[in-house]
Amino acid sequence: MNEPELAVRCRDLVKRYSDLAAVDGLDLDVRRGECFGLLGPNGAGKTTTVEILEGLLEPTSGEVEILGRRWKTDEAWLRQRLGVSLQETFLPERLTVREILALFRSLFETGRDVDSAIDLVALREKENARYAALSGGQRQRLAVACALVGDPKLLFLDEPTTGLDPQSRRMLWDVVLAFKKQGGSVVLTTHYMDEAERLCDRVGVVDHGKMIALGTPKELIDSLGGNQIVEITVGTDAEDVLAGLAEALRGVPGVQHARPQVGRVVLTVTELHVALPGVLGELRTRGLDLTNLSTHHATLEDVFVTLTGRALRE
Amino acid sequence: MSESGRTTRLSAIRQIALMRLRLFYREPGAMFWTFGFPLVLSFVLGIAFRNRGPEPVVVAVEAPADAPLARAEHAQAILADAKDVIAKRLSPPEAESALRTGRVSLVVVPTAGGYAYRFDPTRPESRLAHAVTDDLLQRGEGRRDTFRPELQTATARGARYIDFLVPGLIGFGLMSTGLWGIGFSLAEMRTKKLLKRLMATPMRRTDFLFSFLIVRAVLLFTELPPLLLFSRFVFDVRIEGSLVSLLIIALIGGLTFAVMGLLLASRAENPQVVSGLINVASFPMYLCSGVFFSSAKFPDAMQPFIRALPLTALNDALRAVMIEGASLGAVVPRLAVCGAWGIGCFVLALRLFKWR
Repeated sequence: MNEPELAVRCRDLVKRYSDLAAVDGLDLDVRRGECFGLLGPNGAGKTTTVEILEGLLEPTSGEVEILGRRWKTDEAWLRQRLGVSLQETFLPERLTVREILALFRSLFETGRDVDSAIDLVALREKENARYAALSGGQRQRLAVACALVGDPKLLFLDEPTTGLDPQSRRMLWDVVLAFKKQGGSVVLTTHYMDEAERLCDRVGVVDHGKMIALGTPKELIDSLGGNQIVEITVGTDAEDVLAGLAEALRGVPGVQHARPQVGRVVLTVTELHVALPGVLGELRTRGLDLTNLSTHHATLEDVFVTLTGRALRE
Repeated sequence: MSESGRTTRLSAIRQIALMRLRLFYREPGAMFWTFGFPLVLSFVLGIAFRNRGPEPVVVAVEAPADAPLARAEHAQAILADAKDVIAKRLSPPEAESALRTGRVSLVVVPTAGGYAYRFDPTRPESRLAHAVTDDLLQRGEGRRDTFRPELQTATARGARYIDFLVPGLIGFGLMSTGLWGIGFSLAEMRTKKLLKRLMATPMRRTDFLFSFLIVRAVLLFTELPPLLLFSRFVFDVRIEGSLVSLLIIALIGGLTFAVMGLLLASRAENPQVVSGLINVASFPMYLCSGVFFSSAKFPDAMQPFIRALPLTALNDALRAVMIEGASLGAVVPRLAVCGAWGIGCFVLALRLFKWR
């Protein structure tokens, strides 16, 4: 049988809880060998979406195909080929790393041996330590090892690095990149933009259960129309002053967008050296003091703020 | 199923069972409640309710300060000769208070023509004191026995309280470990999303449940011997019937309660809910099913309900084999009651169980 081209295909996915639509008509394609990131703030519907794809939740309506098969007819087949790391799992506290991995390995027909799984996530020196004695980063690495021990074709990671120290995060990123390099497909959710930019071939931005943007990280950033973000603060926090200023700055050459935010104005700019003199001139004509000016390269965070008017972790 | 599929299933069942076993023996609390507690309970209750030699009855002879003492002294003299009676001379208020608080079982009141007895006929020791005292006083005042009875005494093994108690404790232990061991840990696995995590693997639900029952059966054969050996060597409690029958009964009872634990945990989202359910389910059996005292003490109207409880059935079967030496065949009707509960709970649990 030919391997299907799509690892995940879902159409018009809806999940309703009484009157709340957690997922509200979501389409999603994940190609084979791709790492796809679902971005969005807490409560956007990422976890619900992923748990439907994992076959752990029934959708209210919509179509889901995983590796070309459906949960209703091919659950056993699919379970052998999926690796899952839930957003929050407490593994049994009184079992050791090795015992937990042996348990998970025994549930799959094929897979890697326990020792290679231990080495994969660098838990060799903790192999005989009980789960209760592991740090947050070590627990998360073990959770990912449990997801990989059955040699999956498709890996689901729900916020794999939330709350972890930078070293553990980088370590997990390397594990995911290595898995991808061997041809595995990945769906991950995160609200860390750096994680998405580092790991994902494509990202989908989800808000209120809908996909509001889709593309490679570069495409999404380019969609802002500029790759520099300029934030300026002037002597006042007055909303009408900031709104008036933003309005005026939209006319300055080189400025793509200008939005007033609390206490500051945020500009999206194509060429900093072109835009800056005009911006400063506008401040002078309005008699406003420039108290601070900062610039950075545009990130997915800025994409999200531009799309929704809210910060990701609000 | 393919060869590799079958191997996988066996190794999965083995690993899930190992997980259960490890979690059990690494939890000191569970170890104590399963192994230590029944021993402590049997020891304490065995000591408290041990059979003593016949105890003398204690009576008061009332000696009113304003009345002649002759009759009271005469009565006391008669009673003083008897080995099994202790008679105290007390003033009326003292006698009243001693009777009320149970320090004496009967008050003898001298009257013009003989004696009056004051006692509470609802108290067994008072009725005994009445019979013994009246007999002694009647004879002391000149009654003649019509014949001299021949006394044949026997203290039967198996009739002591501890002989009654040990099978009850076995039944009680099987209920507790089944309900708590299975119900509580399943609810905890659901709260901690471990159940959900396992459902995201190819694990078969039947293998999962089957492993729980296997571990329950294995543990059962480790928790019975300590109590049986302890009561054998400390209290000389013997098993009159066959040990194999006893183990088969224990297995049926243990699995019944394990399945009941499964049912109680089938929906509960957290261990608190399941604790409540287990308490509600086990409390009536704890009281009525003849763990510490015979269920026959309850009114006849309640008997059909009490006899239909699984723990009553289990305790009846255990006692029949341990005390009366009954065969397995003789307790089949009681085992059928227990087994019916098990099968009913299993069918319901499979329908209601929330896996995700």
